[in-house]
Amino acid sequence: MRYLVAKDSREAVALLNTGEDARLLAGGTDVLVRMKLEGKTPDLLIDIKEISGFSDITTENGGFRIGAAVSGAEMGEHAALKAMWPGVVEAVELIGSTQVQGRATMVGNLCNGSPAADSVPAMMAAGAMARIEGPAGTRDVLVADLLEGPGKTKLGKAELVSSVFLPAGLPKAGDAYLRFIPRTEMDIAVASAAVSLVLDDNNTVAEASVVLGAVARTAVFVPNAAAALVGSKLEPEALSACAAACAAACSPIDDRRGTIEFRTKIAGVMATRAAKIAFRRAGGKL
Amino acid sequence: MKQDFKILGTRPIRPDGLDKVTGKAMFGADKSVTGMLHARILRSPHAHAEIVSINTAKAEALAGVKAVITGDDFADVENSATRYTMQNCMAQGRALYDGHAVAAVAAVSKAVAAEALKLIEVEYKTLPHVTDVDEAMLPGAPVLHEGVKARTLGDDVSGNTVGYYSFGHGDLETGFSEADEVIERTFKTAAVHQGYIEPHACLADLGGDGRGELWCSTQGHYMVREVCSEILHIDASQLRVTASEIGGGFGGKTTVFIEPVALKLSQKAGKPVKLVMSRDEVFRASGPTMSSSIDIKIGMTKAGKITGAHAKLRYQGGAFPYEMVMMGAMSAFAAYDLEHVQAEGWDVMTNRPKMISYRAPGAPMAVYAVESVVDELCQKLGLDPIDTRLLNAAREGTKSSYGPTFKAIGLVEALEAAKAHPHYSAPLAPNTGRGISCGFWFNFGGQVSVSMAINADGTVSLIEGNPDIGGSRASISMMAAEALGIEFDRVRTIVGDTASVGFSDVTDGSRVTFAVGIATIKAANAAIKEMCKRAAKIWDIDAEAVEWVDGAAQPTGHNAGDFPPMSLAEIAATSGKTGGPIAGHHEGAPDKAGVSFGVHMVDVEVDPETGFTSIKRYTAFQDVGKAIHPAYVEGQIQGGAAQGIGWALNEEYIYGEDGRLQNPGFLDYRIPVASDLPMIEAVIIEVPNPGHPFGVRGCGETSIVPPLAAVANGVAHAIGVRMFALPMSPPKILKVL
Amino acid sequence: MSKIHVTTQVNGDAVEFLCAPDETLLDVLRDRLNLTGAKEGCGTGDCGACSVTIDGRLVASCLVLGAEVEGSAIETVEGIGTADALHPLQRHLLEHAALQCGICTPGIVVAAKALLLQNPDPSEEETRYWLAGNLCRCTGYDKIIRAVLSAASELRGENA
Repeated sequence: MRYLVAKDSREAVALLNTGEDARLLAGGTDVLVRMKLEGKTPDLLIDIKEISGFSDITTENGGFRIGAAVSGAEMGEHAALKAMWPGVVEAVELIGSTQVQGRATMVGNLCNGSPAADSVPAMMAAGAMARIEGPAGTRDVLVADLLEGPGKTKLGKAELVSSVFLPAGLPKAGDAYLRFIPRTEMDIAVASAAVSLVLDDNNTVAEASVVLGAVARTAVFVPNAAAALVGSKLEPEALSACAAACAAACSPIDDRRGTIEFRTKIAGVMATRAAKIAFRRAGGKL
Repeated sequence: MKQDFKILGTRPIRPDGLDKVTGKAMFGADKSVTGMLHARILRSPHAHAEIVSINTAKAEALAGVKAVITGDDFADVENSATRYTMQNCMAQGRALYDGHAVAAVAAVSKAVAAEALKLIEVEYKTLPHVTDVDEAMLPGAPVLHEGVKARTLGDDVSGNTVGYYSFGHGDLETGFSEADEVIERTFKTAAVHQGYIEPHACLADLGGDGRGELWCSTQGHYMVREVCSEILHIDASQLRVTASEIGGGFGGKTTVFIEPVALKLSQKAGKPVKLVMSRDEVFRASGPTMSSSIDIKIGMTKAGKITGAHAKLRYQGGAFPYEMVMMGAMSAFAAYDLEHVQAEGWDVMTNRPKMISYRAPGAPMAVYAVESVVDELCQKLGLDPIDTRLLNAAREGTKSSYGPTFKAIGLVEALEAAKAHPHYSAPLAPNTGRGISCGFWFNFGGQVSVSMAINADGTVSLIEGNPDIGGSRASISMMAAEALGIEFDRVRTIVGDTASVGFSDVTDGSRVTFAVGIATIKAANAAIKEMCKRAAKIWDIDAEAVEWVDGAAQPTGHNAGDFPPMSLAEIAATSGKTGGPIAGHHEGAPDKAGVSFGVHMVDVEVDPETGFTSIKRYTAFQDVGKAIHPAYVEGQIQGGAAQGIGWALNEEYIYGEDGRLQNPGFLDYRIPVASDLPMIEAVIIEVPNPGHPFGVRGCGETSIVPPLAAVANGVAHAIGVRMFALPMSPPKILKVL
Repeated sequence: MSKIHVTTQVNGDAVEFLCAPDETLLDVLRDRLNLTGAKEGCGTGDCGACSVTIDGRLVASCLVLGAEVEGSAIETVEGIGTADALHPLQRHLLEHAALQCGICTPGIVVAAKALLLQNPDPSEEETRYWLAGNLCRCTGYDKIIRAVLSAASELRGENA
């Protein structure tokens, strides 16, 4: 294996395009674990942390652009970002231990392609856009449109995600992310939910987005669950309709972390609990 | 028995502490020597397979590879138990479980060793496998080894059933006929791992002349020496084994997994070889504890008297013959004074790694099942769980369910302390339940050697042969200082290598503070006798006319008051002129370890929407005889409780249909993390053990026995439904809600 | 694989080493620099025994490549406290008997020090969550948490 430090994204793209088995290294908390467990290394490991801007959180059009090499800990320490998108930040901060937080990146969590990735539902619910650099130049796509299946994204050959843009938060808006794990820490999500809400002047839900993680081949929007919340103040009927819509949207697997039955049951629980947190963050009262 | 102690019961800083908080302490993987090779082991991906052939030619040809070995490199040994141990370290003919070693490489670097493993070609012919205990017992199940079935068993069980035991007395039919309520239940518990954070590691150097040095992380370096010298066909005297600092064991390091392999590679390569397991290897190929399938039947009167009790324990212990269900059968009903009782047990082989001890091996699952049924009976009959246990509690004079009559024991005291504790009367929040369970462990004595030198400057050097797994050098130094009547920091205890002090059994069975303690006191007494003799010589009086008081010799009888007391330091200072060095030593095999009982109380909250259980409050009461260093005693109680909580809630070996382990890592083998637990209050009860001069009982193991049922009973009360299988992971709980 | 030359700082000292491109920082520390205080309990970032800081940031050194630390400042347990002048965390861990086998202790010292630098007055819950990635199998965490909280208190000047 060769280890190279890319100086700019063009170089990183060129290195990805050599035809070798190349992988990107940002926080390394997925790629290095995989190398260890699988006992094999790629031909080329491209460190992208030195690329200008990749380690920055910058304001843009009232929102935030998060570079591909920004760690979870850095996001958690960014007060303005946390105030605007608390759900996204809390999702990123749930990835692994404090030690892992020191390195793991949100973009890496996205590109790893796990259906259980914590940050992905939160980014989707926030309407996050990924900036993609590739041989054909730069393009922006919704995070949701990048997902393909377990371990896969829709990134093309030699493409990389250089940053994620979180749009400006609206007034009376709130987001939240919750996951279920068997312990209180150190586990992979068994089922998770991100909810983003915008309230009207009466504190009624005007807009909603509900995304589930770990219950399908990718994180999924649940439009019916969102629709159940719109027009409500999270009354019990609205919440149970939301939960039922979540259950209906699940197509999970049985594995060592949870059963189909269990994941289906708790997806709605996570969604309704996250909805309540988002509602409060948006200024609503329960 | 001595009661007024100067040093026992205090909390000095442990002597090895500084090295451990500064990173200086040398654990198994921390030692390196020049010219050392790195070894790796190739492991079977199959649950059960015939090894048709192994071609190592390509690996041997790789630059930097210095030795490759397979099972063929190991000559047979006479002793069948040692042969099984050897074949567990390196398969011969058949791979018996996922992770079973089939070949090993030593090379100039870790990277080359890893590369070489990929070049070894193994042809396997897969065979039918079985990993579940009940399936493995069925006639027709794939049998791991022929000809080892327990002789007393018939055709109704398979050849995997290698042991059968029965303990008890009275007549069960009579017992159950006297009951107002009889409950019969079947339980299952998953296999769990000790989960020590330090993987197995060793550094071996074995020359062509049969002389060897071995550094390893082990609970017993004499055991390592005996087993390895037998497997390698060398003299025990020629193999010096040094125990590193040990990064946790809990029973899991009471056998060998890699040491014979490293020695053989070193012998073949002619160079020192370092071999360290990965975490994945630890889970797949060390020795987890047994899984179980258990039937319990208990009868009780309306007043709460247990009239009859019957346990049938079926334990799964992996790929080689083993004996451990006996401990479960003996422990199951130990807490109770019963007229009609029987506990039976079956040891069963499966295609899993061979079990090894895990803290009170065999007891937790048996007691979990018994205490669950006792709790259910109390619930059904509307009885207080502590009063009911007090009514039936074993006490001094009780003929135990496994035979012996108990001497002074502290179960009643522990139950009474639990009942009086504010925890027991604290109000419970919604969705919360309180669980209680008793627990028991035998504690061992065993062979021990201690050598104590009185140095000319008045300090004491003590060498003992038991690896210090949790602070025993502190407690041994304390007992030496107490016995000699000197300050704690005048004594330095070290764990000697196999060439520096006599044989010592493995650090297990909660035996070290008890047995090494007795040997230390006897060694001190020998040194004291000699010091009195020296003082007598200086004073020119009879040796019998000198006694040892508060760390000094003083004249007694008609010489009393003739001379001022002469301290240890004063006697030591002149020892060169009064007859040479002063020392004491003791070799022996003390028994009378004194059993230990505990009672645990836990409040658990269950989330009715997710089945998630959180531990809200935990209090553990345990009779430890005499707490030498109370902080480390509390630590033993707290640590065992935490392990038991993990066993109850989330820890399990998960096997797929293919017989492969699906969770060989700390990510999915879920031991409790700091945020999972509350503070664990440890309440020390001291009912002195009459078998120890200071009243010491073992205290390390009992604490893992009660948590399983305590948590299960708490969950049953929280959700109103009883679970019959461990772990009670959230999917299982939510399913019954 | 050709080796990579790395210049870095470890515990305040300038250090240079050669490492393979796929060699972890943990292996570099242990095998090349003879700093064996950081332990490998899992190699996959699940146990915290290999905790170190890089430029003040707490990480698992098993999930960092040696090649990545060019120009960084690394602190390991060997850089915290000395026999004569222990860090209060180390002293409180000893006084509370907060270690049994001691294999997790170096990681706990490094991780807890990072916690107290960031949050001098953590609650019990914050401490437990911060240390959730530092597995201890011996103690049930009780005495570790108490030791960290009382060291924090001393560092704040409350019980000196």
